[in-house]
Amino acid sequence: MNPRARLLLGALLAVLLLLPAFASNYVISVATLILYFAFTGQAWNVMMGFAGQLSLGHSLYVGVGAYVAAAMFVNLGIGPWLGLWVAILVCMALGAAIGFLAFRFGISGVYFALLTIAFAEFTRVGFDHLQWTGGSGGLFLKVAQREQMDLLNFRGPPAMYYYAILALAAGALALCAWLLRSRAGYYWQAIRENEEAAQALGINTFRYKMFAVLISSAMTAVSGVFFAFYYNNLFPEQIFHISRSIEIILGPIIGGIGTLFGPVLGAFVLTVLADGITELLALFGVEVPGVKQVFYGVVLLGVVMFLPNGIWPSLAKKIGVGK
Amino acid sequence: MPSIDLIANVVVAGLLTGLVYGLMALGLSVIFGVVRVVNFAHGEMMTIAMYAAVALFGAFKLDPFLSVVPVAIVFFGLGYAMQAGLINPFITRPEHSQFMLLVAVAIIMVNVLLMIFGPSALNVQVDYQLESFELGPVLFDKARMYAAGMALATSAGLFAFFKYTSTGKAIRACADNNLGAKVIGLDVKHLYALTFGLGSACVAVAGCMMILLVDVVPTLGPGYTLLAFVIVIIGGLGSMPGALFGGILIGVSEALAGLFFAPSAKSMFGFALLILVLLFRPQGLLGRKP
Repeated sequence: MNPRARLLLGALLAVLLLLPAFASNYVISVATLILYFAFTGQAWNVMMGFAGQLSLGHSLYVGVGAYVAAAMFVNLGIGPWLGLWVAILVCMALGAAIGFLAFRFGISGVYFALLTIAFAEFTRVGFDHLQWTGGSGGLFLKVAQREQMDLLNFRGPPAMYYYAILALAAGALALCAWLLRSRAGYYWQAIRENEEAAQALGINTFRYKMFAVLISSAMTAVSGVFFAFYYNNLFPEQIFHISRSIEIILGPIIGGIGTLFGPVLGAFVLTVLADGITELLALFGVEVPGVKQVFYGVVLLGVVMFLPNGIWPSLAKKIGVGK
Repeated sequence: MPSIDLIANVVVAGLLTGLVYGLMALGLSVIFGVVRVVNFAHGEMMTIAMYAAVALFGAFKLDPFLSVVPVAIVFFGLGYAMQAGLINPFITRPEHSQFMLLVAVAIIMVNVLLMIFGPSALNVQVDYQLESFELGPVLFDKARMYAAGMALATSAGLFAFFKYTSTGKAIRACADNNLGAKVIGLDVKHLYALTFGLGSACVAVAGCMMILLVDVVPTLGPGYTLLAFVIVIIGGLGSMPGALFGGILIGVSEALAGLFFAPSAKSMFGFALLILVLLFRPQGLLGRKP
């Protein structure tokens, strides 16, 4: 990282840290959403951007992570600090099972992507019929007093959630920066570029692909737990839906796959764009359902067609911060 | 325990619906087999065809069986244009890039339908929907029979096209050996576009038939896309008989799951089957080893 990049990152962090002091609740909620997508996108990026394994079923880990922690909290009265670890373990076990089956049987590319969708959809229908977690009717956490901060149960004012997700996003960025320069990071990139060549060089590709899946699923589980306690309601139809998986991966793809800052930038662009379109449509009094998503689709199409590597690589060159 | 008669009726209905599913999946399979791009907007195209049939029925009282012709022709043209204009430049790009392109197209399709037709369910009503043939205790729903017949006829036409016409053979040559096809001077990009057009025409026919069996809402699209994937992977991605076979298998298993468990749990069986097939026979039940 060159000095200019350090300076810019420091300035960004300072602004984000001070944000709740002067911003309205609306701005804080938008910023929370951006950081949430930045964090989740970073988790997906470990698997796809670093190790080259395309997962289209990351909603599985968000959903299972959210449901495990929330069900323990609602049904058993166990707080999120313990539930978090259980959620992480369950998601890592799921990731390990899917990864083991897929990689042992030599499933890759499109087939691997479809396998991840299949597992997510299977789980979605399963949770629809699981009465212990409310089935398709949903699982609800009691909405707490917004003014009182109850750290033990992770209930409190919007600023608390904001700082929590800021810490997670910043932590994920640091973790990924470290991973990318570790031995595993170099092995991942070798596997991503040419798996056969990597294997020929003596890299245990199975082990390192599994490692990527485990880290990615663990991080995504944390994002699911945050989701459950921030939004307080869970429906299988929503949280496991394939559109959720797509939402997760849009950020990193638009920002720049495999880059460290791409998921953050992508989350920012997408969330601001979505909110901007909503505001703009409200301003003109347009109330046709679907208009916003059409705009969204057109922008996405434009980025995919004209900026195949995402926004960050070209932007990084312009502002002179290297990769 | 449901009676044997009831089970027989359910299996027959599932089999007939399965043939329409099979035709939809055939379109996806043909496109993947030749162009090697997975059409993530397939189910959305299916719903567009269903809405086209609804609109033609509403405007001209056109029976969906007659709508098949104009809708298939328009879909062929649209499919050709989509491949030539949008997808051909993406052929050499990585898979996730192609995926995002088609996801963007799918998002636009779903929501344009939502803007035009609104969120409520639409259908067509023709008199033969309530009639049926009887064979002993088993009822053959007339609409389902005709729809399945149409699906079979369209599939047979497509098989014949690929087997006997020189264009069909050229397309198969592209699929078998892309470089070789270029060397002998085939216009690969044109043939790709033609293939996407044909795949789209299959979906158009399947959509016009499907509207006789179910109501349509804009959000059906992603579900059909997944269904088509499940079917072609079970049957074998790129295998044409496999798509029809997979369609029947899924149609029957959905119908039986709806009878023995909850109707809402029916897609679970398809996905479970998909996972098993991917793990133990990744080339699909009727697919060739790569």
